[in-house]
Amino acid sequence: MIALADQLLVLVLLINFVVLGTSRLIFSIRAVAVQGVILGILPALIHPFSWHLVGIISMILATKGAVIPLLLYRAMRSAGIKREVEPFLGYVPTLLLGAVFTALSFGFAGKLPMLAEHQNYMFVPASIATLMTGFLILTTRRKAISQVLGYLVLENGIFIFGLLLAEAMPIMVEAGALLDLLVGTFVMGIVINHISREFSSLDTSRLTSLKEE
Amino acid sequence: MLAALIILPLIGAVVTWLIPSDRLRPIALSVFAFGHLGVTLRLLIATPPPSTDGWFNLDALGKIVLLSTSVLFFFCAIYSIGYLAYRLERSNRVLCIGLLICLSAASMVTITHHLGLLWVALETTTISMTPLIYFNRNARSIEATWKYLLICSVGVALALIGLYFLAYATIVAGVEASLLLDDLIRDAGKLSSGWVHAAFVFLLVGFGSKMGLAPLHTWKPDAYGESPGLVGAMLAGGLVNLAFLSLLRVYQLCLATREIAFFQNALVVMGLFSMIMAAIFMARQADFKRMLAYSSVEHVGIMAVALGLGGKAVFGALFHILANGLTKGVLFLSSGNIHRSYNSKSTDHVRGALRRLPWSGGIFLAGFIAITGSPPFAPFISEFTVVSSAFIDGRYMVGALFLISLGIIFIGMALTVLPMVMGEVPEDSEVTSYRDTLWTVGPPLGLLLLVFLLGVWIPAPLLTILRDGAALLEVHP
Repeated sequence: MIALADQLLVLVLLINFVVLGTSRLIFSIRAVAVQGVILGILPALIHPFSWHLVGIISMILATKGAVIPLLLYRAMRSAGIKREVEPFLGYVPTLLLGAVFTALSFGFAGKLPMLAEHQNYMFVPASIATLMTGFLILTTRRKAISQVLGYLVLENGIFIFGLLLAEAMPIMVEAGALLDLLVGTFVMGIVINHISREFSSLDTSRLTSLKEE
Repeated sequence: MLAALIILPLIGAVVTWLIPSDRLRPIALSVFAFGHLGVTLRLLIATPPPSTDGWFNLDALGKIVLLSTSVLFFFCAIYSIGYLAYRLERSNRVLCIGLLICLSAASMVTITHHLGLLWVALETTTISMTPLIYFNRNARSIEATWKYLLICSVGVALALIGLYFLAYATIVAGVEASLLLDDLIRDAGKLSSGWVHAAFVFLLVGFGSKMGLAPLHTWKPDAYGESPGLVGAMLAGGLVNLAFLSLLRVYQLCLATREIAFFQNALVVMGLFSMIMAAIFMARQADFKRMLAYSSVEHVGIMAVALGLGGKAVFGALFHILANGLTKGVLFLSSGNIHRSYNSKSTDHVRGALRRLPWSGGIFLAGFIAITGSPPFAPFISEFTVVSSAFIDGRYMVGALFLISLGIIFIGMALTVLPMVMGEVPEDSEVTSYRDTLWTVGPPLGLLLLVFLLGVWIPAPLLTILRDGAALLEVHP
């Protein structure tokens, strides 16, 4: 089963590039939702059955697959925007940077000692590559929705790494960490709705009234 | 008893949620804050033994931060009775609930030795403060809220991956997989240095951004500037210390590995950089709340430098937790009063505060003198300890840069503060309904007295706690 999980990670990495390369927000939202759903399935493939697991998986699927995408979709509709226009860095350069970061992650992971049973899989590099992609989206995009998507991707990267740690992280703490991240995203979704009401746009580069001259 | 620290504020959150009146709610907030302070003092005197599973252990470091948070929260709660009476135009339900949830999570950060739980509690404090920054419901405050939420969340998320690296290092090393601080310290020698090094970098960046160390401080002026005075006080005097405590935990772990020199150098560099940035941006700052935010950047810098220097300076760092936390309370609460009275936080409009508000203006001026490190106030002791130990240890460059930054900051801050409090009130100044009352002046005055008291005399039990804390952070060659 772990081999299947490993193949799904390829899909996760591909989605990273989809999000980096597209300007249509609705497409990005869907891509990140699919990524969340894939990650929701992964624990089921790796860990033995237990009721906690069922609880956590259903929580992930419900929030990442449905609630958060819907919240973002509504914000997008109410602000009447469809595209990420004029990102701070163009699509081709970000795609290239994404590729460089992914390659670096594989290099980084190759240097660190790993458990024998994780050696042949790409959990660690996929995790770091996804984390870096999220960071890249966060820093290069203007729209608040894109920034939340970046945060979600970053969080997905952390989640992949967490899969390796079932024994070190007590279930309560793992669930707590997950819940905190999700609540954080949820609050961001709410704040976004307030931004669109206040500025009738979701362009964070308009948030400049507090800039230092 | 430890559980009471967590549960009492949560009960308070439910109670304030149920109370329908905006006038009664702050009173309930104060009652629970008083209860929390009582439990805290009781725990400091009769500390329970660590729990058998090692998850909960109120050690000296936790005690210092718990004490400073609880005292500050108590004064802020009392202040809210007077302050929120002027803000009846909107409901304060979310504000009171958010503060109490934050207090509960903050207590959790101070008593736990499980790094995973510490992370969960720290992130909870970040999220619970978010709606409070948006209290004023305008375009500027939503901008501040967005920056705060995004930067702090990303920062704390990076700290989580750092913790994951640590946990994985224990699995790779074949020792018992755990995120308990005591287990990690015990096994630190066996952990793979690659993973540990990567973990420390992520933890430093993560907790550093929550603490507001430059260059990760950009959210601070906005969040502190736009939130109400009492929220600013909790952010600058409370949350900052929680993030610093998290860094102290990482530091404890570093002591047991070979990474300590690297970590110390990184702290000194980031700390000095924060102080220099603060010095640059403090000059000619026309918004006095933003000026206080840069002062907060300066003081987290001081704490980082002190920790990075090690040795005697560590005592200064620990004392500064209390000194800075309480002084920030004085400044933010009194500046909240000035802001209410002039309905402006720009120094173009705010002049002659000593004439218009003799009490608040005077307290603000005294707070300025205290925070810039003048005797006989508490921050003087910590800053003096840091500088003298830098020179004794032969770190002349660090000591010199530290002193130069302090000097520039003193001048920069004085250029903003003195015109504010001195001189005549402008003729066209807006007339508001705010008047200094016992409820709005008492809390900052009480904090100021504490800051003064700690500056001239440290009670013996507190000194013991500070020394025990410093002993936990000693470098073992």
